Amino acid sequence: MDDLLNIDATEAVRRIREKDTTAEALTAMVLEHAQRTEPKVGAFLRLDVEGALAQAKAVDAGKASGPLAGVPIAIKDNIHVKGQLTTCASHILEGFHAPHDATVVERLRAAGAIIVGKTNLDEFAMGSSCENSALQQTHNPWDVRCVPGGSSGGSAATVAARSSFISLGSDTGGSIRLPASFCGLVGYKPSYGRVSRYGLVAFASSLDQIGPFTRSVRDAALALKVMAGRDPLDSTTPEREVPDYPALLKGDLRGKRVGVVREYLDEMPNREVADAVGVAIEGMKSLGAEIVDVKLPHAEFGIAVYYVVASAEASSNLSRFDGVRYGLREKADNLFDMYQHSRGRGFGPEVKRRIMLGTYALSAGHYDEYYGRAGKVRTLIKRDFDEAWKSCDLIAGPCAPFTAFKSGEKSDPLSMYLCDVFTIPASLAGQCALSLPVGFDAAGLPIGMHLQAAPYADAGLLSAAHALEQVLKPKVDRVPAIA
Amino acid sequence: MLPRLPLPDTKVFMDEQTVQHVAKLARLQLDAAEVARFAGEMSAITGYIDQLSKVNVEGVEATVHPVCDRNLWREDRAQNSLKREEATANAPDSEQNFFRVPPAIE
Repeated sequence: MDDLLNIDATEAVRRIREKDTTAEALTAMVLEHAQRTEPKVGAFLRLDVEGALAQAKAVDAGKASGPLAGVPIAIKDNIHVKGQLTTCASHILEGFHAPHDATVVERLRAAGAIIVGKTNLDEFAMGSSCENSALQQTHNPWDVRCVPGGSSGGSAATVAARSSFISLGSDTGGSIRLPASFCGLVGYKPSYGRVSRYGLVAFASSLDQIGPFTRSVRDAALALKVMAGRDPLDSTTPEREVPDYPALLKGDLRGKRVGVVREYLDEMPNREVADAVGVAIEGMKSLGAEIVDVKLPHAEFGIAVYYVVASAEASSNLSRFDGVRYGLREKADNLFDMYQHSRGRGFGPEVKRRIMLGTYALSAGHYDEYYGRAGKVRTLIKRDFDEAWKSCDLIAGPCAPFTAFKSGEKSDPLSMYLCDVFTIPASLAGQCALSLPVGFDAAGLPIGMHLQAAPYADAGLLSAAHALEQVLKPKVDRVPAIA
Repeated sequence: MLPRLPLPDTKVFMDEQTVQHVAKLARLQLDAAEVARFAGEMSAITGYIDQLSKVNVEGVEATVHPVCDRNLWREDRAQNSLKREEATANAPDSEQNFFRVPPAIE
């Protein structure tokens, strides 16, 4: 493999700018590489070879410039790219062509990025392994017998396999951070409202955020800077200044207090994960951070709260898929039957399960017991964090209880839900959070650390992760064999 | 601190009749095998969720928006949006840029 495929996006932009290479040459190289790796990885649902090369030529001709000029980027297939299919990896959206670009796609294009294709996901972003895709299976580039994690599994797999430099995912309970951890990447979930969701197919609107998968923290900072900020088309994006995230990255952690929930590490059955994260926490100390113990007493209820809140919101959001305006329609004599046959045939098992759970949680007689109560426990989880932020600036811990598992290994839905135990609380509280590669287990599978900070403390979070990344580089500087 | 699977003696929360009722509310056609499968799986899931009943939430307000910012107002003014032919382009059945559906009333 050409070394050019192993550099990060920040370096690629520099080389294109200094005419060491061209956007077209880099894009052609990535597409060619994708054609070699895809039969084994299956990250992409569709590659747009012609479109990507045309965009690259425009960059080289000086028609498009910006901080991501010439960088090949892949987009999760629940985010609209104008004129292309958006499938959400579901049969119910068969044949649906996006009538407009998502705001993030528009901003990436304006920054000179090259959109190379759309990536696989768990159907409607519901899952933790990418196995719930109704369209294809994606394999982990570090070991193709393993899952890439989910739900943004295709987006994670493509950056790991070097078939794109950056990809976009969406994260509702961990759907960027978990696959980043399984695929050895930086996976960034911005603070709630930091990035516009206009053009993202809604799953759970009080939780959904779009974020990047990258090979370095500075790439994540760059992508965030390009995408973040007020969008009149998403009323959850506040009028808040967007800091120059890449310029704010520092090399040390002096004066920073890092909170650690000791029980997470002590009680972790997987000692390889616990040890690698422990070593990374020591690394933060060596950079000048003070390590403090924090308690999050209600975090253990996170999964239960999440599956009520997210499913309730999903049952409402997914009611739009009714066979009337787009997607699959089953023939029927009356409207009611048309709805239920179209939805019954179009949605896969996990999506149905969540719609059912959410409908149940919102139904008369159960609303207070489920949805009402979950919202209150959510407040308690948030208060735990508010308390923790009085004594620390960041909280560090494992991103997942284990490394990537084998395809087909987790067959019951509940055990799959438990994958997201460490990532969900940050989502419920609207915090910014990321996964950072900190090592490998004995089988050679990547281990990720979860770092989180208070809402809108994105700049400080990225800076801390960047500092730690420099210390860990010799430990994690590996490329998956498949790439 | 780490998640636990529900205890095996968790009582069954959802019978097949409830599953069918919820499926109707959700406009989801399920076959008999799905109904049986969901009854079991959703009982396990609601059994797990039932741990929330042990939390004291007296006097606690529910969180709906995770980050409370001021409400953002805008002028209620018509703006450019999709043209009718663009909006109906994905429709499984349409006529003259209207969506056509089976009868809603007998």
